[in-house]
Amino acid sequence: MRSRLITVVGVAAASATLALGASACGGGSKSGGGDTVTIGFMGDLTGENSGLVIPPRQGAQLAIDQYNATNPKVKITLKTYDSQGKGEQAVPLAKQAITKDKIAGLIGPTFSGESAQADPVLEEGKLPNISSSATNASLATHGWKYWHRVIGNDNVQGQGIGGFIANSLKAKKVFIIHDSSEYGKPLAETVKAAVTQGGAQTAEDAIDPQGSDFSATVNKVKAFTPEAIFFGGYYAQGGKLIKQLREGGVKARFLSGDGSLDKGLAKGAGGTTADGSIIGCPCLIDPSGTASAASKKFAEDYKAKFHADPAVYSAEGYDAATAFIEAVKAGNTTPEKINDYLSKIDKPGVSKEIKFQSNGEPAAADVYVYQVKGDQLPLLGNAKNATVK
Amino acid sequence: MKATTLNNLFSQFWPYTIDGLSLGAIYALVALGYTMVYGVLRLINFAHSEIFMIGTFGALGTLHLFGMPSNVGGFALVALVLALAVAGGIASGGSAVILEYVAYRPLRRNNASRLAALISAIGASLFLQQLFARLVIPQAFGLPKEKGALPVQGHFVHHTNVIHIGGFELSNDRLIVIVGAVLMMVALDMFVNRTKLGRGIRATAQDPETAVLMGVNIDRIVTATFALGGAMAGVAAALYMLRFEETRFDVGFLLGIKAFTAAVLGGIGNLRGALVGGIVLGLIEMYGSAVFGSEWQNVVAFSVLVLVLMFRPTGILGESLQQARA
Repeated sequence: MRSRLITVVGVAAASATLALGASACGGGSKSGGGDTVTIGFMGDLTGENSGLVIPPRQGAQLAIDQYNATNPKVKITLKTYDSQGKGEQAVPLAKQAITKDKIAGLIGPTFSGESAQADPVLEEGKLPNISSSATNASLATHGWKYWHRVIGNDNVQGQGIGGFIANSLKAKKVFIIHDSSEYGKPLAETVKAAVTQGGAQTAEDAIDPQGSDFSATVNKVKAFTPEAIFFGGYYAQGGKLIKQLREGGVKARFLSGDGSLDKGLAKGAGGTTADGSIIGCPCLIDPSGTASAASKKFAEDYKAKFHADPAVYSAEGYDAATAFIEAVKAGNTTPEKINDYLSKIDKPGVSKEIKFQSNGEPAAADVYVYQVKGDQLPLLGNAKNATVK
Repeated sequence: MKATTLNNLFSQFWPYTIDGLSLGAIYALVALGYTMVYGVLRLINFAHSEIFMIGTFGALGTLHLFGMPSNVGGFALVALVLALAVAGGIASGGSAVILEYVAYRPLRRNNASRLAALISAIGASLFLQQLFARLVIPQAFGLPKEKGALPVQGHFVHHTNVIHIGGFELSNDRLIVIVGAVLMMVALDMFVNRTKLGRGIRATAQDPETAVLMGVNIDRIVTATFALGGAMAGVAAALYMLRFEETRFDVGFLLGIKAFTAAVLGGIGNLRGALVGGIVLGLIEMYGSAVFGSEWQNVVAFSVLVLVLMFRPTGILGESLQQARA
C-alpha cells in the first residue's frame, strides 16, 4: 500500500489488572468471568486519511464483539489510540500502551510511515503487534519478533498484478508509468519485472505528481501502442492520467495498484471514462460475499452491525483481531505468551489464512483485482485466476 | 536506448509540438502579469500564482452557474469558454487590484524597501492559498473542512480532434487555448502601445518621477497594471480549466514558477518576451520529456534557462517594457 497510509495495527492489550492478576495467581483464573484482556487499535482515526482506518477498526470491533458474545472465560476489550497517521504521535501512544495501559497486543499502526517509527518502540516493549494495512516491503526486513501483518506487501502486490497482466490479459506490450514516489516506483518496477518474465515487451515513463499536464507521457504511450498500461501511484494522479490518455485516443486497458483503489479515480477521470480499468490490491473488499463462505458471513455481520458495506481493510482488521482472539482462547493472556502463540497460529481468516512467517509476513497473501464500473469498484476475483468479462 | 527515444520524438513530433504550444501559451499569459508588474514597479509579484488560482475558481464557479454542463463541443464550447474567460478575467483582475491595494500600496506609500514588498508578496501568496484550502473551497463546494486541499473537478468539454491531416492531429481544446492566448496577447500589446493608458504604463516603467511631472497618476497606472496582468492570468485560468478541467488551492504554485521562468527566459519586463519565453519553455519541456523521459521535464527546462541566462543575462528578447514601442 501506499507508504503513508498503510498500516493497520492490531494491538492486543492485556489489561493491567489481568496481567497483574495473572502473574500474581500464576495464571489461575479467578472466579466467574471477571477477567478481561485489553487489545489496542492504533491508526488515523480522525485525520484526513481516516477513511482507510475506520473500516479496519470496525472489522476488529466486530470480531471482538462476536467473541465476547460467546461468553468466554476471559473477555477482550478494544482500546483505540488515535495516532492521526503520524509517527510523532504514534510513538508516545505506543509507549503509553506498553507502560501505562499494559495492553496485551496491538492492531496497528495502520500506515507504513508511522509503523516505521512506532514499531521499534513496540519491539523494545515486547508488545505483539499486527498491522492490517501497512504494506511497505521494508518493514519485514528489520528482524522484529513482535511485528506481524495480515496483508501482502508491495512486492507481493506487484507480482500479483504483473502476473494478472501477463496471464489473464495476455498483454504482449505493456507501458509502465509511476509517480516517482516511494510507493509507486518500486511497485511499478515489480510489475515491470513480472510482465517481462511473462514475455511482454515494456516501455516506461514517470510523471510529476505535482503537475497537471501529462501529455508528454500520453505521447509516449501512443508511440508504443501498448495493450495494457500499469500506473504505480495514487488515485488523484491516476484519474487525471486516465482522462488524458483517453482524450489522446489511447484505448489500452488501464491498471493500477491499491493507491488507486478509491472512488476518486473514477471521479478524476470523469463520467464513465475510467470504466473497465483494473485495480489490484492485496486487500479483500467483498461486500457481496462472492469470494468465500467466510467472506459472505463477514459481509452480512458487518452490514448488520454498522449498516454499511465492508470497506477497504475491514476484513484485514477483522483477521488481525481474530489472531489475538485465538491466542486468548488458547489461554494466553500476557504479551509474551500471545506472541509465542502468533508464531504458531494457523487458523482460517476472512481475507486469508491467518499464519505468519518468521519475519512477521503473512504466510499466504493473495492479491485481488477490482474493476471500475461507474464510481464503484466491484471485486473481479483473485489475481491468480480472475478473468475479465 | 537513445536511438529509440529520439525515434520517439520524431514519430510523435506533431503531438509533442502541439502540446508544447498549448502549454506554453498558458505559461505566456500568466507570465504577462509577472512581467508587467516588474516593468512598472520592479517588484516580483509572487502572489500572482494565487491570482491565477482565483481565476480557475472564478471559471469553475461560472460552470456551476450554468448548471455544470457536460460534453460541450463545437461553437457552444467557444461561447462557454468566452464566458469562462470573462469570469476568470474579472475574478483574477479584481483580486489583483485588491491585492495591490492591501499588500503593496501601503508599503509603497511609506517608501518601504523592495525587499519588504517581496516579503509581503510571499505572505499574500501563502495567505491566499490557505484561505482557499481551509475556508473558501470547503464553503463554496459544500465539502468537509479537511477536504479543502483536494482537487475540485468540473468535466464539461467534449474532446474531439478538429483537424486531422496524416499524423497531424489537433484537438478542439488545444486549438482554443493556442488561438485564445495569442489573441489576448496581441490585444494587450496593442493596448499598451496604442492607448493613452498604455502610454502612461510605458512612461511609468521608463521613469516614474518624470511621468508624475508630466501629469501621469501613478496610483491609477499601478492599479491598471495589476488589473491587466490579473485579467490575463484569469483568461489563462479559463483556458487551463478548458484543457485540464480541474483545479485546487495550490494549482498556481508550480505553474506560477514556470510562468515566472518564462518571463525571465523571454526577458522580464518585456511583453513580447513573455510570449516568446512561454512558448519556448513549453516546447522545451515537451521535447525534453520526449528525449529524456517525463521525470526530466523540469530539469531540462531549468537547464535551458540557466544556459540562456549565462549567454544572454537579460533573456531572449532582452529589452524591457519601457523600450517596447509599436
